[in-house]
Amino acid sequence: MDAANQGRAPIYEALSKLRDMRIVPFDVPGHKRGRGSGPLQDFLGERCLSVDVNSMKMLDNLCHPVGVIREAEELAADAFGAARAFFMVGGTTSSVQAMVLYACGRGDKIILPRNVHRSVINALILTGAVPVYVNPQTDPRLGIALGMGARDVAHAIEKNPGAKAVLVNNPTYYGVCSDVAGIARRAHEYGMLVLADEAHGTQFYFGEGMPSGAMALGADMSSIGAHKSGNSLTQSSFLVCGERVNADRARQMINLTQTTSASYLLLSSLDICRRDLALRGAELFAKAVRLVDYARGEINAIGDYYAFSSELVNGDSVFDFDRTKLSVNTLGIGLAGIEVYDILRDEYDIQIEFGDIANILAYITAGDKIKSIERLISAMYEIRRRYKRDGSGLLRYEYIAPHVEMTPQDAFYAPHRAATVRGAVGGICTEFVMCYPPGIPILAPGERITADIADYILYAKEKGCSLTGTEDMATENINILA
Amino acid sequence: MELWYSEDHSENVKFWIRFDRQLYSGRSDYQRIDVFESDEFGRVLTLDGYLMLTERDEFIYHEMITHVPMAVRPDIRDVLVIGAGDGGAVRELVRYGGIRRVDVAEIDPAVVEVCREYLPSVSCGFDDSRVALHYQDGLRFVRGRESEYDLIIVDSTDPFGPGEVLFTREFYGSCHKALRDGGIMVNQHESPFYAADADAMKRAHSRIYSSFELCRVYHAHIPTYPSGYWLFGFASKGMHPVRGLDADAWNALGLRTRYYNTKLHAGAFCLPTYVEEMLRSAERGT
Repeated sequence: MDAANQGRAPIYEALSKLRDMRIVPFDVPGHKRGRGSGPLQDFLGERCLSVDVNSMKMLDNLCHPVGVIREAEELAADAFGAARAFFMVGGTTSSVQAMVLYACGRGDKIILPRNVHRSVINALILTGAVPVYVNPQTDPRLGIALGMGARDVAHAIEKNPGAKAVLVNNPTYYGVCSDVAGIARRAHEYGMLVLADEAHGTQFYFGEGMPSGAMALGADMSSIGAHKSGNSLTQSSFLVCGERVNADRARQMINLTQTTSASYLLLSSLDICRRDLALRGAELFAKAVRLVDYARGEINAIGDYYAFSSELVNGDSVFDFDRTKLSVNTLGIGLAGIEVYDILRDEYDIQIEFGDIANILAYITAGDKIKSIERLISAMYEIRRRYKRDGSGLLRYEYIAPHVEMTPQDAFYAPHRAATVRGAVGGICTEFVMCYPPGIPILAPGERITADIADYILYAKEKGCSLTGTEDMATENINILA
Repeated sequence: MELWYSEDHSENVKFWIRFDRQLYSGRSDYQRIDVFESDEFGRVLTLDGYLMLTERDEFIYHEMITHVPMAVRPDIRDVLVIGAGDGGAVRELVRYGGIRRVDVAEIDPAVVEVCREYLPSVSCGFDDSRVALHYQDGLRFVRGRESEYDLIIVDSTDPFGPGEVLFTREFYGSCHKALRDGGIMVNQHESPFYAADADAMKRAHSRIYSSFELCRVYHAHIPTYPSGYWLFGFASKGMHPVRGLDADAWNALGLRTRYYNTKLHAGAFCLPTYVEEMLRSAERGT
C-alpha cells in the first residue's frame, strides 16, 4: 500500500471543489442542492444536500469511470491489496450479486456454505446457477453454524469438478473464519474462482493481530461491507478483484443491475472511509478490540452468559475468529437471544445488531464509548437478575441439511400455490424463508420442506424472530410447487 | 470591563452571572471544568459550561439530598455517593456519627482535585477517614454489588454528558440490588419546568418507578438552577419518606442546617399539581 498516496480522496476533493465553484444546476436532482426542499434541507443539512449531485464531467460517472471515481477506485484497490476495486452503491448485496453473476451463468455450479446471506441465493435466482451446499459444522452448545471444514470443501470440489466457483464467508456474522487460503489453493487447482463475502470483514484489511482479508489469502473477488465494521454510509460497499478476474467484464455485470444515478454521498463516504482506514485503521480497530475484549470479560464474569471468542478456534470449522464481534450465548439464563435482544431495546434503550435463537450479537467499533459499553454490560447483568429462568424448553439449533430438488431460478419462476407452514411439509418451496437478521435462509427456492424445517419456522416465529422472504408478509403460508 | 458567565436555561432563556475573575479553566478526560469568582454567588463551578454549584446556594441542594433520607433512617451506616466530585453531599454525611462508611464513585478525578483546591468549604468532607474515593464510572462501580448499602445518593450531572449512564434503567436496577432491605436511593431528579429538563425528569422517574417498590419526589428552591426550582427522587424498598420520618431522633442529633428542617421535610413532598400530573403520566408510561 502506497501510504503517501492514501492520504488523497479524489471524489471527496472533487465534490469540495464543486461546492466552491457554485455551478448553476440545471440538472437533476430536482431539490437543487437542497434549495427546492426546505423540510429536507432542515432535516439533513445544507452541507449534506449541497453534494447530493449528479454525475458530471468533473465528478466522473460510476457506470464508466475514467476520472476521479477511477482514481478513487485505484486507491481502494491498493488499500485492499487487489488488482481492481469497484465502488458499490446497492449495499454489499450488490457486490455479492455481481460476484455471483460474474462467476456463474445458467446451469453452472457454485459451491457454498449453507449459512450464506440471502443476497447470494437471490443472485442464484438471477443467474440460474446451481448451488452445491457444504454443511457448515455447527457448535451444538452455541447453536450457530460455523465455517466450512477444509475436508468438506475438498470433497465438494472433487465431486463437482466442473463447478465455477467456491464462495466463502470471511467471517460469518458471528465472527467465524474458514481456512480461506487452503480452500483457495484447492479451488484454483480445479480452475474455480474463490468468492469471499466479507460483508463483516473490512477490519481484516487494516487491523493488526486479526485474521487476514480474503484477498491476501488468495480469493479472486471479495465483497467488503465498508459501512458495517468500517465507517462509510449505509448502502455503500466495495467489490474488489484479483488478477484472475477480467475486471472490465465484472464492470459489465455490475452495470446490469446498478443504478445510473449513483449517490455521491455514498461514493464520497467510501472514498473518505478508505482514506481513514488506510491512514489510521490499525488504531481504530485496536480500540474496537480493546472495547470488545473488556466487554467480553465483564459479561463472562456475570455468569450464565457465554461471550465467546478465539477459544473456539479449532483449525478447521473455526479456522480463525474475529474478536471485534461481541457474540453472547444467552441460553444459560434461560432466554432465547431474540428475547434478550427485545428486552435490551424495550426496557434499556439499547439496540444491538441481532438476536437469534440462542445468541445476541453487538456490533462494536471505534465509534463506541466506554460508557455505552458499561451500559450494555450492566443491562445484561440486570436482565439476568430479573429474568433468569429454567431454559430446558429452549430449542437448540441444529443444522437442517437442505434437500435441493431444483435450481433456485427454476423453482422461483415455476407455477406455485400457497400452503400453510405445516401443510407445506413434503412440498418443494418456491421462495425463501429466513430469519432476519441474520438473514440466512431456512429454505431457499427449489428445496423440499421437511417436518424439522416446519418446526423450526414455527418456533422461530413464536420466539419473536422476524421471518421474511415469503410472499405472505405474515409467513402464515409458504409457496410450494403447484 | 464586565465579565459575564451565561448558561442557556432553555433555547430561549439565558441566565447570567457577572463574575470578577476566572480562577481555573481546564479540560479533563471527561469534560471542561471552570471555576469563577463572583460577587453575588461567590465561587461558581461549571462542567462543560453547565453550572454545577455556587458557594452561595449549594447548601440547599446538599442539605436536601442528604438530610431527607437521613431523617427517615437516622440509623444509616453504609452510604454510597455516586458523582458528587465536589464533595458537598459528603460534607453533610460525615456530620453523622452513626455513618461508618461513605464510598464515593466519581468518574473524573480532575473534578475532585479542582474542588479541593478552589472550593474547600464544599470539598472538606473528603478528608474524613470514613470516606473512600473511587475514581470509576458509577454504573461500573455499583453493578456487581449486592446488599451493601443503606443509602445511595445519586448526585449526577444532567443526562447529556458523563452523567448519562446515571439516568438509565440498568443503573437504577443495579442500585436497587446494591441496597440492603430498608435501603433508600435519593437522586438529583432534574426540574419539571423547561421542556428538556422535564423530559429528562419524566424519563428518570418512569425508570426509577419500575425499579423500586416505593418512589416519591420532593422539591427545593435552588436559585441558580434552571427555573430555580428543582426536584429530588426518593426511592426505597418500602420505607415511606414522610410516614417514616423520625423527626425526634433527627432533631436529637442537634445538627445545625440552614435550609432543611423536619417541618419542611413533610412539605417538600407536597408537589404542585402540574408536577404531580407529570409524575403520574411518567408512571403510566404515557
